[in-house]
Amino acid sequence: MSAIRENVFPTRMNLQNTKIRLRGAQTGHSLLKRKSEALSMRFVEIVRKIQDAKLKMGKVIQNASFSLAEVAYTAGDIGFQVRENSKTATFKLISRQENVSGVLLPVFEKSIEGGNAFELAGLSRGGKQVKNCKDMYISAMETLVELASLQTAFLLLDEIIKLTNRRVAAIEFIIIPRIENTISYISSELDEQDREEFYRLKKVQSKKKEAKDLAIESNNQTKENSEPFEPKNILAEQVDEDIIF
Amino acid sequence: MRKDSVTGMLLTGIGNVDHNQNSNFFVVDNKTTDAEISEKFTEFTNRKDVAIVLITQWIADKIREQVDDYTTTFPTILEIPSKDQPYDPNKDSVLKRVQRLFRD
Repeated sequence: MSAIRENVFPTRMNLQNTKIRLRGAQTGHSLLKRKSEALSMRFVEIVRKIQDAKLKMGKVIQNASFSLAEVAYTAGDIGFQVRENSKTATFKLISRQENVSGVLLPVFEKSIEGGNAFELAGLSRGGKQVKNCKDMYISAMETLVELASLQTAFLLLDEIIKLTNRRVAAIEFIIIPRIENTISYISSELDEQDREEFYRLKKVQSKKKEAKDLAIESNNQTKENSEPFEPKNILAEQVDEDIIF
Repeated sequence: MRKDSVTGMLLTGIGNVDHNQNSNFFVVDNKTTDAEISEKFTEFTNRKDVAIVLITQWIADKIREQVDDYTTTFPTILEIPSKDQPYDPNKDSVLKRVQRLFRD
């Protein structure tokens, strides 16, 4: 794993850029981690609520079924009548969105449109029971709607928490080590270049010194062997007049 | 939405029948085959105007695999107890997931 690094040229600019990216990755990592923690907290809360709501739903629906049985006792089977008479839904849902640290969770809300449904049901007999039953079922529906939005939130959060955790892990275990490897690669390569440069300078200096020594030595030899050679001075031969502007 | 006690739910006014006689509820009785249930389930879960699918638990048990495999968040599936069968929280596909999460 340690061999993995990005394919960049080892230059100072790239070193700087990679360092900036490392800082960015670290910030992103801590942010994502905080997000995942916040979501997990919310998730646990929702799970608890779901369990409560499921138990509550069991009770509410039991009551509702009981009141339906009362209706059946007084008014006979109204099932067929009710099924045939349902035309347009009056109990509808509005879905709203709630923002939990950047995640949009749908929240369902009931909306009752138009008049009372089945106003005339149980007109001949058992009107009270029918009304009672209706109220029971409406409260049961409210519980169900609440439960449904919790459940949707549960599924969504589950998904998103997994995704966030995966991203956190990816940054922590892949991206940051890779950037760090790149940084160490670039700096070691730069050091290497520095050393080479230094060595070359030294070498050039020593070569120059050698050449100089050699020249001095040969100069001395020629001085001893022959008369000193005077170069011709071309400036001394002619004198220019001063130019005045 | 389907159940043998559909009546009670319809009393609240959730029933909707459009001009093609397509209803948003389905009554399952002893004669309904599993294939029909499964077909209706697919139909309801693919409908745009349905946000919550209510299904009684004993019917959900008949198509348990399909319900368990359903992972889309919208529409939501809610298993509800029916009139004559008691509610068993251990069978509910969402509660199963909840428990699995807590076991980990």
